[in-house]
Amino acid sequence: MEERNDELQEVENSTQEIENDTQPVSEALEAVEEAIEVACEDTEIVEEAVVEAEACEPVEEATSKEAFDEDLHNDSMEATQDTDEVENAQENEELADEEPSAKAPVKKKRAVARKDMTAAQWTWHEIKRNKIAYLMILPFMFVFILFTVFPVVLSLILSFTNFNMLSMDWDMFIGISNYTRLFFEDDIFLLACKNTLVFAMITGPVSYALSFLVAWFINELPPRVRAIVTLIFYAPSISGAVYTIWGVLFSNDSYGWVNGTLQDLGLIDGPILWFYDEKYAMTLCIVVALWMSLGTAFLSFIAGLQTIDKSLFEAAAVDGIKNRWQELWYITLPMMRPQLMFGAVMSITGSFGFGGVVTALCGFPSVNYSCHTIMHCLEDYGNQRWEVGYASAIAFVLFLIMIGANTLVNKMLSKVGQ
Amino acid sequence: MQKMRVRKHQVVLNRSKGGDAGIFLFLIIMGAFMFLPMLYVIMQSLKPLDELWMFPPRFYVEHPTFKNYGDLFTLLSDSWVPFSRYIFNTVLITAAGTFGNLIFSSLAAYAIAKIPFPGRKGVFWLIQRSLMFTATVTAIANFLTLSALNLMDNPLAIIIPAWGSSMGLYLMKQFMDSSISDSVLESARLDGCSEFRTFWTIAMPMVKPAWLTLIIYSFQGLWNTGASAYIYSEQWKTLNYAITQITAGGIARAGASAAGSVIMMIVPILVFVISQSNIIETMASSGMKD
Repeated sequence: MEERNDELQEVENSTQEIENDTQPVSEALEAVEEAIEVACEDTEIVEEAVVEAEACEPVEEATSKEAFDEDLHNDSMEATQDTDEVENAQENEELADEEPSAKAPVKKKRAVARKDMTAAQWTWHEIKRNKIAYLMILPFMFVFILFTVFPVVLSLILSFTNFNMLSMDWDMFIGISNYTRLFFEDDIFLLACKNTLVFAMITGPVSYALSFLVAWFINELPPRVRAIVTLIFYAPSISGAVYTIWGVLFSNDSYGWVNGTLQDLGLIDGPILWFYDEKYAMTLCIVVALWMSLGTAFLSFIAGLQTIDKSLFEAAAVDGIKNRWQELWYITLPMMRPQLMFGAVMSITGSFGFGGVVTALCGFPSVNYSCHTIMHCLEDYGNQRWEVGYASAIAFVLFLIMIGANTLVNKMLSKVGQ
Repeated sequence: MQKMRVRKHQVVLNRSKGGDAGIFLFLIIMGAFMFLPMLYVIMQSLKPLDELWMFPPRFYVEHPTFKNYGDLFTLLSDSWVPFSRYIFNTVLITAAGTFGNLIFSSLAAYAIAKIPFPGRKGVFWLIQRSLMFTATVTAIANFLTLSALNLMDNPLAIIIPAWGSSMGLYLMKQFMDSSISDSVLESARLDGCSEFRTFWTIAMPMVKPAWLTLIIYSFQGLWNTGASAYIYSEQWKTLNYAITQITAGGIARAGASAAGSVIMMIVPILVFVISQSNIIETMASSGMKD
């Protein structure tokens, strides 16, 4: 019996010991759980911050958004640190106890530190932190600035000089006399301005409308058919010099297809000069320009229409939209606003930039300057007479016209559906 | 499946029969206006001499021949530069310009779209503005710059400016904005991935449609490079220039000039056919936000 009692005692003792042993383990476990909870909270904060950052993105100022991102970065960094520490805690029991208290002040300190910085300090800090980004944009920006931004500035500067490449003489700055010469003395430039504006005012809006209408009309076709139709409409704009075929179709002798056919039908007595006739040249050039104008804007519209949520239209039909025109006005156009703005930029820029077509079809200069555009003036003074100062003034005026037209139209378009 | 959806769609939306017919008619007329000149070039290029100069002229070809294509190579044989040299020049300019533009633009697009560095808004503003004017504006100043850099009469005068073309960058940046989530990049960065590695192994494979589109845009622009004021020696002239010369050679070369036009147009069109779905996918995010 005694022996058994002893044994029992021993068992009890050992149980006690085990319990004693377990106590720190369970304490540690609690601590670990606590640490995990804190870590979870941190993750929640990060998630909240993500949501907030997303919501704020369009509204926030650049710097504050960046501040947000930094905040995010720090938080998520800490969260992972926490998780790491939790893992350590499971091995190292005592450490786990101190964990939660050790962390909180660190975070606070950082948050305070950011607020303590001035805007300039913060920007500098951000520049240093993201210095890799500057390395990444450097090659592109170098070429871009050298060949796109700098030329505009150089044109502006040169436009106040009478720099001439042939004689290489320049009396330096002659003030605005290049501009006064342009607008008050140069009749051909004024004619070119008029022609350019007529060209742009017709081809820009018409090609824009055409791009949209065709894209909209083919939107509900089956994908295969849509792909083929897209190709047919888009092909002329990427085929390069193929537009010279219009010169063959409308050639000024009887072997041109149009003249030959009209003569054969007895509608005209002799061949019409078409591109070399003041009466027709401008109109024909506009037709050719429109023929090759369904370009980037067209593709952008096709893609934009595809991304509109179909259920919107069904909901609208339930709400009393009666036909496709109402649907266009109330749903499609407002949903398409970003593409509409991008398409406008493409169409406007394109409508100012097709002097090459005119040169190829009507010759340079065109008959009696009937199709002379600002691009031709530029070519005339820039590449033939080498009056670089004067040509720079023309280039800068053209630049202002293009930027002005684009800004104006985009201002108008941003109000679509508002 | 597709048919069902469309049919159901139409029932829901009350499409009028008259409207459908009108749209169909509009598309047929516009399609003919777009397509017939293209068809005519192909017809012209296949016509033998007697069909090119018959009266009344016929639209279609009766006895197609490929003689005009062969003529292309012999016509310019009196010039000391062989026709194949023009092809080589164009291919060189297109390939080198496109490659550089792809690398530079995608690096910059990634940084602008995904790294919150101070000044990114300003940089992007500048790039958006640059879409609003054409190269006509910058031509004269660039002439001076290229002269100063001693790049005159060198294909680099066309290749290097192409590296800074902003259209591809714009499209790629917009596409990255909408198709790469920040959390993917964030987790890569936390795993210790360098910014360049993140760009190359994570971001770039995700924007394949965008870089295909960039390649095609750059390709189209450079392929059609014509007579440039920056290049005056014959051995560096491009294919487009050679074909213009043939056309300018007068009426006897009508067939050869059409054949040249067909060669010029067939390449960009084929490239577009192959990559159309990718381009459309990229264009979906091309929109401007005020």
